[in-house]
Amino acid sequence: MPRITAEEVRVVAHLARLSLTDEEVRLFTQQLDTILDYVQQLQRLKTESVSPTTHVLPLANVLRPDQITPSLDPETVAALAPQRKGRFIQVPKIIETEPG
Amino acid sequence: MSRPLWALTAHELADALRQGQVRPREAVEAVLERWQSTNTLLHAYLGVNAEAVRARAERLASQAPQGKLFGVPVAIKDNICVRAEETTCASRILRGFRPPYHATVVERLEAEGAIILGRLNMDEFAFGSSTESSAHGVTRNPWDATRIPGGSSGGSAAAVAADSAFAALGSDTGGSIRQPAAMCGVVGLKPTYGRVSRYGLIAFASSLDQIGPLAKDVTDAALLLEVIAGYDPRDSTSAEVPVPPYRERLTQGLQGLRIGIPRECFVDGLDPEVRRAVEEAIKVLRQLGAACEPTSLPHAEYAVATYYILATAEASSNLARFDGVQYGWRNAAPRGSLLEMYQRTRAEGFGAEAKRRIMLGTYVLSHGYYDAYYARALKVRTLIKQDFDRAFERFDCLVTPTAPTPAFRFGEKLEDPLSMYLSDIYTISVNLAGIPGISVPCGFSKTGLPIGLQVLAAPFQEERLLRAAYAYEQATAWHTRQPEVAETTPSR
Repeated sequence: MPRITAEEVRVVAHLARLSLTDEEVRLFTQQLDTILDYVQQLQRLKTESVSPTTHVLPLANVLRPDQITPSLDPETVAALAPQRKGRFIQVPKIIETEPG
Repeated sequence: MSRPLWALTAHELADALRQGQVRPREAVEAVLERWQSTNTLLHAYLGVNAEAVRARAERLASQAPQGKLFGVPVAIKDNICVRAEETTCASRILRGFRPPYHATVVERLEAEGAIILGRLNMDEFAFGSSTESSAHGVTRNPWDATRIPGGSSGGSAAAVAADSAFAALGSDTGGSIRQPAAMCGVVGLKPTYGRVSRYGLIAFASSLDQIGPLAKDVTDAALLLEVIAGYDPRDSTSAEVPVPPYRERLTQGLQGLRIGIPRECFVDGLDPEVRRAVEEAIKVLRQLGAACEPTSLPHAEYAVATYYILATAEASSNLARFDGVQYGWRNAAPRGSLLEMYQRTRAEGFGAEAKRRIMLGTYVLSHGYYDAYYARALKVRTLIKQDFDRAFERFDCLVTPTAPTPAFRFGEKLEDPLSMYLSDIYTISVNLAGIPGISVPCGFSKTGLPIGLQVLAAPFQEERLLRAAYAYEQATAWHTRQPEVAETTPSR
């Protein structure tokens, strides 16, 4: 019984905003299956009483004074965008217009 | 001087520059010449802005020497932002991206007088152990051009080994500084999580990534760490822990140092030549006065599985920002929705390994699988960390091989991602535990490929591992061996 199916790979690709070719779907299904099979070894461990480690530093909320400091100017930032119109970043149309 | 200028270590060059025996311009010309004659074969560099490098050398020449790295050219991995220089993470999706600011480490290098030399090749977004996943083509190992340099900081390791950089910065998420350092016969140091600011490092896995030096010897690694380490208010995960003068403290010797040898690191899959070299190195450490004893890291075998869940989960989130909107590259096909623009841009912008990791990371975080994979891996991470905590109650340092084999051939592991992942088996647990680790040269295979020894210490005990690595280096001659790189004239 495979750990992941081609159909699931397509769903995950959609969640990840990747369009995959049929060949990629075939390859990733097989490769992800092998990797997921390998990581099953973690199921052998008893972890009920273990607390999770998200990162290793003894840090909670890191706060700073609410002060205005210099930041990048809008033109510098807008100039990085692959497509822009004036001072705006341009993207394909999001809002459909009502017919008629 | 009998040796060519480019063959000096960074600290030797810094001394010569400070004393006025060498001018910054001479240092720059020497290393640019070396870069030109070796890069066609090795392809360690993605780009060098020779004009900017020369201009910076001129500016420095008009000043009195000041700073720990005054006039020393240092090269930078392509995932660390250098203002106005194209920084791509060796990915098509960041083609043309010129950061509007310096990473903190770059600022710190420049504040100490260093000259930023160029950008070094890497696995795309640091996803890999061989530098084969770079969108810009492979880097070759200076010791054998038919083999990989390791990865993901393969360009950094190859440049330092071939003397086309006096020193370099890399990043290490699962071994990406130490493993290529071992495979190219140089020194590579991954600092404690939080030791070095990551502001300006393009994120792969935020709970694991650290920036660190790749260097010609241990003294250079200590010198560079001293410069780049320390608290930075712009990185809330950087630690407010004082930075000791690492270089001054190298010479304390090994008398009384307690070293643990984890038995789990000497099992099947370890190349016999690597095993022999590491066992010989342990003998040397004993002769130098260290007390070496076996120890155990019982959960070591789970490190690779834990890592490939956590690192890919974090990577899939971090890479969501590359969508063709704010920076980098976009598929600008005139028709189609915003969603299709995202999908096309990411499908064409990311290479196969990046897609594979985004897919795996998205899957383990997705509804219905989160508890079985991600939540469980976070718990196993605790068990792995506790193994190290216990070991460091008894020992000052741990010693292991850096990589299970010397450098492999191009293509050898490309079809089988899992076998590639397993080449990081000795380095990965170190990132999960957040502790510092260093790789130093400890021998060569019969075919002349370098082998690395890994030394580990408790969090923020870089001083101890540098001290052990330095004592070992001074007692052996491995670091003085140089690869013979066939020089070529670049075709223009």
